[in-house]
Amino acid sequence: MDKLIISPAPHIHGGDSVSKNMTGVIIALIPALLAGLYFFGLGALVVTVTAVLACVLFEFLIQKYLLKSESSIMDGSAALTGLLLALNLPSNIPVWMVIAGSLVAIGIGKMSFGGLGNNPFNPALVGRVFMLISFPVEMTTWPRPVPFATTYLDAETAATPLAILKSHSGELPSTMDMFFGNMGGSLGEISAVAILIGLAYLLIRKIITWHIPVSILATVFVFAGILHLANPEAYASPVVHLFTGGLLLGAVFMATDYVTSPMNPRGMLVYGVGIGLITVIIRNFGAYPEGVSFAILIMNGFTPLINTYIKPRRFGEKAK
Amino acid sequence: MNLILLSLLTLGIVGAVSAVILYFVAKKFHVYEDPRIDQVEAALPAANCGGCGYPGCRGFADACVKADTLDGLLCPVGGNETMAKVADILGKTAVAAAPTVAVVRCGGTCDHRPRMNEYDGVKHCFIAHNLYSGETGCSWGCLGLGDCEVSCEFDAIHVNPITKLPEVDEDKCTSCGACVKACPKLLIELRKKGPKSRRIYVSCRNEDKGHITRKACDVGCIGCSKCEKTCPHEAITITNNLAFIHDDKCKLCRKCVEVCPTNAIVELNFPPRKVKTEEVAAEA
Amino acid sequence: MKTFRLGGIHPQENKFSAGKKIQIAELPKQVVIPLSHYIGSPSEAVVKKGDLVKVGQLIGKANGFISANVHSSVSGKVNKIDVQLDASGYKRPAVFIDVEGDEWEETIDRSTELKRDCNLTKEEILAKIKDAGIVGLGGATFPAHVKLSPPPGKKADILIINAVECEPYLTCDHQLMLEKGDEILVGITIIMKALGVTKAVIGVENNKKDAVAHLSKLAANYPGVEVQALKVQYPQGGEKQLIDAVIRRQVPSGRIPIEVGAVVQNVATTYAIYEAVQKNKPMVERVMTITGKDAPNPGNYLVRLGIYLSHVVDMAGGVPAGTGKIVGGGPMMGRSLMNLNVPMAKGSSGVLFIKDEESVRKPIQNCIRCAKCVTVCPMGLEPFLLMNQSERNMWPEMETNRTMDCIECGSCSYTCPSNRPLLDYIRYGKSTVGGIIRNRAAK
Repeated sequence: MDKLIISPAPHIHGGDSVSKNMTGVIIALIPALLAGLYFFGLGALVVTVTAVLACVLFEFLIQKYLLKSESSIMDGSAALTGLLLALNLPSNIPVWMVIAGSLVAIGIGKMSFGGLGNNPFNPALVGRVFMLISFPVEMTTWPRPVPFATTYLDAETAATPLAILKSHSGELPSTMDMFFGNMGGSLGEISAVAILIGLAYLLIRKIITWHIPVSILATVFVFAGILHLANPEAYASPVVHLFTGGLLLGAVFMATDYVTSPMNPRGMLVYGVGIGLITVIIRNFGAYPEGVSFAILIMNGFTPLINTYIKPRRFGEKAK
Repeated sequence: MNLILLSLLTLGIVGAVSAVILYFVAKKFHVYEDPRIDQVEAALPAANCGGCGYPGCRGFADACVKADTLDGLLCPVGGNETMAKVADILGKTAVAAAPTVAVVRCGGTCDHRPRMNEYDGVKHCFIAHNLYSGETGCSWGCLGLGDCEVSCEFDAIHVNPITKLPEVDEDKCTSCGACVKACPKLLIELRKKGPKSRRIYVSCRNEDKGHITRKACDVGCIGCSKCEKTCPHEAITITNNLAFIHDDKCKLCRKCVEVCPTNAIVELNFPPRKVKTEEVAAEA
Repeated sequence: MKTFRLGGIHPQENKFSAGKKIQIAELPKQVVIPLSHYIGSPSEAVVKKGDLVKVGQLIGKANGFISANVHSSVSGKVNKIDVQLDASGYKRPAVFIDVEGDEWEETIDRSTELKRDCNLTKEEILAKIKDAGIVGLGGATFPAHVKLSPPPGKKADILIINAVECEPYLTCDHQLMLEKGDEILVGITIIMKALGVTKAVIGVENNKKDAVAHLSKLAANYPGVEVQALKVQYPQGGEKQLIDAVIRRQVPSGRIPIEVGAVVQNVATTYAIYEAVQKNKPMVERVMTITGKDAPNPGNYLVRLGIYLSHVVDMAGGVPAGTGKIVGGGPMMGRSLMNLNVPMAKGSSGVLFIKDEESVRKPIQNCIRCAKCVTVCPMGLEPFLLMNQSERNMWPEMETNRTMDCIECGSCSYTCPSNRPLLDYIRYGKSTVGGIIRNRAAK
């Protein structure tokens, strides 16, 4: 370089980047994806590939033709949204619905607010909730998991444990089955162990901090536990709540979404507790058997408020 | 049917009660405001630029109403015309002020001031100014990062991408002073617009000694004081190796322009010179 | 292992010049001694063109409370007093001296013998430090005697010596500790006497194990002095961070360390104080590091003030090819230099060559609100928020969000995955808000 460069300090950068973080989350999702593929076979693969491709394509098209801005598909955030959306869907859902959901997720959930960093709600969840409301039957009919499944649309359907709880009919799967994922459900949410492996990876790579997942899970455990102690007949044990439905997937991957979660540890705890409470309330008292998506979206709405009123611990502030 | 009636009734009662509460609250907390403030505000250009020194047009209107005379109060955007209207409303007399316009006192284009470094921070003059004196050898000159452009509400000042110096659009400039405040190098000055927009000013702010200035820039003021000696009207003073032309004394004779060895004195909007210098003593 | 409790980062250390013996820089034909300091008002020249000066002779008198004396670092004739571009990026007044021989003031004891005992009173010590023009050598160049004279009513109970050197690349303090351990410890006892404290702790980061071992061994002979190894974490060298790390006290917002009973001095300053008090030697030279990934000969040099950095760099093998940026100081807080024709000043701790590909910032992307800047901020601030407010000129909001607490360590900009210039904007906001606060105080 012929001229020396002048710039304000600091003169070095840690080398972290948006795409590194997004890729990190995608890697952390691989165990959950593999579990889905194992139990649901070809259907899971079709849904996942469709959602990822559709999200990336929609982001590309919107940026190219509507916003006429530089393309940001290489940062991996669109692919991540697609993957998260897919993991929240039943594996036998028609492909066109997945595409519609992807369009809502990227188009309305993300790009309409100005792209990455500006969306108030988690785009994948916006897509999922849109689909849940628009296609209630398809979204709540899950195929029965078959290890090493190879067929596409499984004829046999299975109710999720939460639906079983809600309707008080049928039998819950065993705790071991719940832990490893041998039960009805969306393709990424069934295997607790796979999600926990992903969580460990995220924490080791320092992509997320422990605050949000731990506070959500602890709140659900405690609140559901209190209800269970008060009336074991009506309310399921907290262990069932932890391992079933989208709670783990939501707590580890959806609630921790950078853009829509609070920006300091204290706020994160408040946010996590809020999600946990709303989840248990919806599950036990609401009309839907499952409430994690709604809980996260509701708390997403509170995030700006949390950021305004809950500040990080300042240096020199007396420890409480 | 019953349901409709009931809803209508409930809402009606709630509305009525609220109206009563609102009425009393409004009465209780009513603040008297001079109605002329609204009238004056309506006459102002509503630019809310703060150029008058008051917070927005309403603040200025308030000040006009409260002031005994309009002396010293000027809306730079609306100018004398607006002030006349304001004076009419308030029954006071307007004090006419000479119109001014922003001038940039730096002539160091890329040709005149070679770049020695490359700035790679935020494109923000103030941040660069905190960091160092600039990409060129001149510590006083324009940084060219466009704080003035951002500050201008009227789209009247733009950094020329070739010279990297800001240029003022005289027709759009309202002389509100936002750019004067924005410039960390204090390069921008509000000067008398002059007859037919003719102006003469020293386009340099360099207070270094002559030999240092000369090294840094071809068109810097080296403080040689030739212009000071030449000026027949004593309109030029030299402080800290830098000449300054007082616009209230300058008669626009252009003698200083001719003697300046570095062409640091700039004349604007004059007709092209004849071979023999014309003695212009234009009066406003 | 101890460290400060809030935030922090761990950049690559890259201490290439660690363990390199301190070399003495040769004298050039001319030196340019800056009269102004990084902070405070510039000193007033007391010599004029044509004067003959000796090494250690006063040439600039402190001007105001926060200012320091300046002494000639060479013997020779004053050529002129003029402005000179210095490491601050501005042209500022300096004394140009043509070097003739190397003659020192007679009062200065130039022997290398250790002089352990000091029988001076507190006031005499402070006066000597003041006369010698000693300033904090960590970078901020705050006059040492001001720091050692607590405001009335405040009393220090502990002295903390900042030997952290948390900036990557720099090794000058490290090497000084290895070579001048005893002198530093005597310096500490002198400062303890001046402050009237009985306890002193030397905080050293644990990447300098040899220095920890060496000083611990020597410290056994000096009652009340102990060495504390600290976990490697940037910005541990920040005054408030170091106090938190060593004695677990946090200085409240807007206060100074003396309010929690601590005084912090840099280790190089301590050595300078030893020389000033015991050897009558004013501040005329300091150790600096010349380094960089491609530097031909990274090392530590003892350099007289006023020598052009280019002269020292030539001694160390010159500027490596492919250098895009030259930084005066460390990579986290140093200033990029416009060129190497700037004189060595009291605060110059190093010259760092940064390669072409590392010297240009990567393109700025949207904030993804990952909160990493909040996590790493050692002061518990919200850099993303402060930057947004600074961009929008929201000064009162910036003040309530404690922008004035920022220590400008750069951890936020270092960490940001979107390469956002957080600190640039915070610094801008900080200076504006600071101005507003000063105006308000003046009213």
